[in-house]
Parts: sequence; structure tokens; C-alpha cells
Amino acid sequence: MSTQALFGQLLIGLINGSFYAMMSLGLAIIFGLLGVTNIAQGAFYMMGAVFSWLMLRELGIGYFYALLLAPIAVGLVGAAVEKLLLSRIYKLDHMYGLLLTFGILMFIQGMFVYWLQTAGRPYPVPRELAGGFNLGFMYLPKYRAWVVLASLVICFATWFAIEKTPLGRSLRAATENPALTRAFGVNVPALMTIGFGAGVALAGAAGVLAAPIYTVSPLMGADLIIVVFAIIVIGGMGSILGSIITSLSLGLLEGLAKVVYPQGSNMVVFVIMIAVLLIKPAGLLGRER
Amino acid sequence: MTPTPGPRDPLALLLYAGAAVLLVGAPFFFYHLFLTKVLCYALFACAFNLLLGSCGLLSFGHAAYFGAAAYVAGHAAKVWGLPFEACLALGVMASALLGTIFGYISIRRQGIYFAMITLALAQMVYFLALQLPFTGAEDGLTAIPRGKALGLFELDNPLVLYFSTLCIFVGALTLIHRITHSTFGQILRAIRDNEPRAISLGFEANRYKLQAFVLSAALVGLAGANKAIAFKLATLTDVHWSTSGSVILMTLLGGLGTLLGPFVGALMVVTLENYLADSGLPINAVIGGIFILCILLFRRGIVGEAQAWLEGARSHKAP
Repeated sequence: MSTQALFGQLLIGLINGSFYAMMSLGLAIIFGLLGVTNIAQGAFYMMGAVFSWLMLRELGIGYFYALLLAPIAVGLVGAAVEKLLLSRIYKLDHMYGLLLTFGILMFIQGMFVYWLQTAGRPYPVPRELAGGFNLGFMYLPKYRAWVVLASLVICFATWFAIEKTPLGRSLRAATENPALTRAFGVNVPALMTIGFGAGVALAGAAGVLAAPIYTVSPLMGADLIIVVFAIIVIGGMGSILGSIITSLSLGLLEGLAKVVYPQGSNMVVFVIMIAVLLIKPAGLLGRER
Repeated sequence: MTPTPGPRDPLALLLYAGAAVLLVGAPFFFYHLFLTKVLCYALFACAFNLLLGSCGLLSFGHAAYFGAAAYVAGHAAKVWGLPFEACLALGVMASALLGTIFGYISIRRQGIYFAMITLALAQMVYFLALQLPFTGAEDGLTAIPRGKALGLFELDNPLVLYFSTLCIFVGALTLIHRITHSTFGQILRAIRDNEPRAISLGFEANRYKLQAFVLSAALVGLAGANKAIAFKLATLTDVHWSTSGSVILMTLLGGLGTLLGPFVGALMVVTLENYLADSGLPINAVIGGIFILCILLFRRGIVGEAQAWLEGARSHKAP
């Protein structure tokens, strides 16, 4: 096998890994704050891609503006969903959060399929990022390098916002002890709305980044969320850095599997999940919550 | 836990008699295959409810057992030419085996992690079904021969098909009823309500959970195998996560933890799907919307709410 193919697949693995990282980061923020396992995260990823495609087609808004605007739009939809639906079930068992977001997933995905049909629609690579570099051992398309870079920057910015800013401080306080945080005069319900919006906006941003690589289709997020769930089972939702590293390395492993054993490449994450559960049931980094 | 009305309760007797008349009389008024489909999915939902209702374990991957049994039974009937009963038995065995393995893996984590793991494992089965040679990938197994029930009754006759499915359904439902009302069922409920306490009382919680998981998977397999034979079809839809979701909806809509709830839920969802299929409306969006409404407005489900209402009315009468 050629090194070209090997590095090409590893790069795709790294890109998928960075999408997983953004998705699981969003899931971890939402779960920490709301206690809701947001299975609709894949639908918000799809929404980000579809919004950027619509912006380009209907309004002529280019890629870089879409990268800012589409996640904001997704975040606003998320905030509305939280205010209207999710805020009513916080007192119940965590199970109902999963089930409610499953209903939301079916609804969003069903409406988008009804509206756009399932066919994939191409999204052009922005002119500034067309072409690529020849590194000797492989050809590196500029856009793919950009995706890895951009998602790492987004992940880092999220980490920074949570750990180092005043808003992030209250967010962490509300995650740790909502009642006490409230007693200190922090508006926790508003924080939950912001947290859910930000969490799904991360998925939306991943969707925008994915649009030029994968075709834009209403079903593009459907299977992704299951892989992200498996990654969370493997890595846990405890630490931000931990989930980024787990996501990237599992993406890379998936890429490697595509070269070594292509038939099993879409199962490799699940097999690793089984192995982890058998050897270390609490997950590699996680503690049970 | 509200006990289901006992057989000595005149109201319950009336209810059971009414249900029996309806089930026997239904094929003379409705389309047989539709009724058979309702029964298959009702059994699927009842078996799922055995795990969620009695044990509190939310499996998000029950389509795996449904689909696996459908493929195995279909393959046994079509390629090996085995009789109907043997196909069902093989399907049940396959899903029980799968349930043992997956149950052993997934009960190692609790709560929503359990749900995520079952979902991920079921997705693996989906990918396997897509790639294994005997499943027919995108086409699935088609034109599965139905054969004869007990070697005597031609299942190609829709009335025979309905009544054989009805017998299987009633038998399985009786078994589920016996299980939930046995000591074993009570231990499951104890674990559901307070696992650390049950463990401290000396019950090996994980062993009971695994047993419940396998029983549920096996009964789901019975539904799947029967469905494959009845509709001569086993496809990727049977193992897809949307099927796992739809069985959760049936159970929730009808009434979690009630005996008849899943049946009512399955009847409603299958009817709705049939009706919407021709209307051009987005089926999945409508089902998602119902899901949302059900969780926000009536979490006990239709049968659950009715039971609560009946009980309320009774406690008013007798001070």
C-alpha cells in the first residue's frame, strides 16, 4: 500500500476525530449543566451544514461568514428548544432527557427530509482554501488542513471560555451545584439556556466545517451521534482535554482501519468500546455520574 | 407500582373478555396482514417493556434482537427450508445468544450510559447486517416461504397466519405476565427502585439484570422471527436504530410498566404509520412530535393514565 493512501486516510481520520471532538465537547457541556444526554446533537450538526448551504444558495453568504452565522443560528434554535421543551423535564429521571431529545431528533430530521429530500447536495470548497500542498510523502488539500486547524482552535476556545472567563466560572459553578450557585444570585435557568445553545452551536460549527467535505444531506448526522456516544462511553465526559484526545485518537484509529481492514472500519470504535467495557468498565478517564 | 387488576376483579374480567372477543373477531372486519403486523410489534413492545418497565433498564438497541431473529428465521426458512416452528426457535435462540453477549457487556454501566452502550452495540449489528453475505445487504431477505404451522395449517392463508400469530402473542404475553408477577419479577422491581438496597439484601443485581435482559431479547426475537415469516421479509429497517426508537415510543405511549400498554401503543403507532404512509406527511416528524408530546404531557401513557384515573375514582368511592 502506498504511503499516499495511508496518510490520506489518516488525515480523514483526524478530520473525523475533530468532528467527534466538537460533538462530544458539546454533549459534555450539555450533560454537565442540564443532565440531558442530547441525542439530537447529530441533528444540530446536520442543521449547521444545511444552514450554511442555504445561506450560500439563497443569500449568497460565503463560507467564512457562514462559519460564524450558521452556528449562531443553530445555537438560537437550540436555546428555543431548551426554553420550550427541555426546561420542563429537569426534575425527572435522566432517562426522559434522552427520550425527549430523541423525539426532537426525529422531528428535526423528519422535517428536513420532508423539506429537502435525502439526496446529498455539494457545497463548494471556498476559493481561498482550494488547492493544496505537496508534502512529498502525501498531498495535503488546503481545506482539510484548515478543518483540523479550525476545529482545534474552536475546541481550545471552548476550553478557554469555560476555564478562564467569568461566564465559564458561573457555568462550572452551576454544573457543580446549581442550588448554591442560584443562592449566590446567578441566573441558573438562563445559564442552562446559554449552555444548551452553546453545546449545540459546537455541533453546528462542526456541520459547517463538514459541508465541503461530505455532501450536505438531512441524514448526515444520523449515524454520527452513535459513534460519538461510543466515544463518550470510552472516554467519559469528565474532562475537556480528555474527550478531545479520545476523539482525535479514535478518529485516527478509524482512518488506520480503513487502510488495514476497510470492511471493519465503521465498527472499530464499537469494538474498542466493548474492549474498554470488558477491561475497565468505568471508561478510560471517566468517573460515573 | 400499581398492580394490574387481578382476575377476580369483575371489571378486569370484563376487560379480558372484551379483549378476547376483539382479538378473535378483528380479522372479520380488518385487513389480516395489518392485524398480524400489529400483533408482531405488540409482542416486540411487550418484551421490551419487560426490561424497561420491570427492571428500569432503558435499552436503545432492541432492534438488534428483533432484526437478528428476523434474519436468522428468514435464512432458515428460505435457504435451509426448515419448518415454521424450527425457524422461530432458531430466531429466538439467535437473539437470546446475542442478548446474553450484549447484556453482559452493557450492564457494566448504568443509567444513560447503559442506553448509549446498547445503542452502539445495535449499530454494530446494523453494520454487520449490511456486510455479512447471508443478509442480502440493502435488498434484505425477500420472498421467505411461510410454510405450515404445526405441519398442518397453510400459513399462506391470511386467517391462519393471523391466528397462529395470535396464539404466539397470547402465549408470550402470558409468560411475560407470569414473569413480572413471580418472585423473580419482584426482585427485578426491587433492583429498579433501589439497587444498592437490593444488593445489600443479598441479591446479585447484575445476575438478575442479565437474566431479564436475555429473557427480553429472546421474546423480542420471537416477535422478529414471526414477523420475518409473516411478511416474507427481513430488511435493514428491522435492525436500524429508528426501529429501536419506535418500540420505545410504543411502550411509552401505551403505558410503561403496564401489561396492556405496549399493545395499545403498538396498535396506535402501526395504525398511524399505515395511515401516514399514503398521506404524504413526514412520518418521522409526526412520530417525533408525538414522542415529545407524550413525554411532556402524559408520561404514564394511555393505559397508565387510565389506570391512575380508575384508581382515583375507586378511592373516592371507598373511603
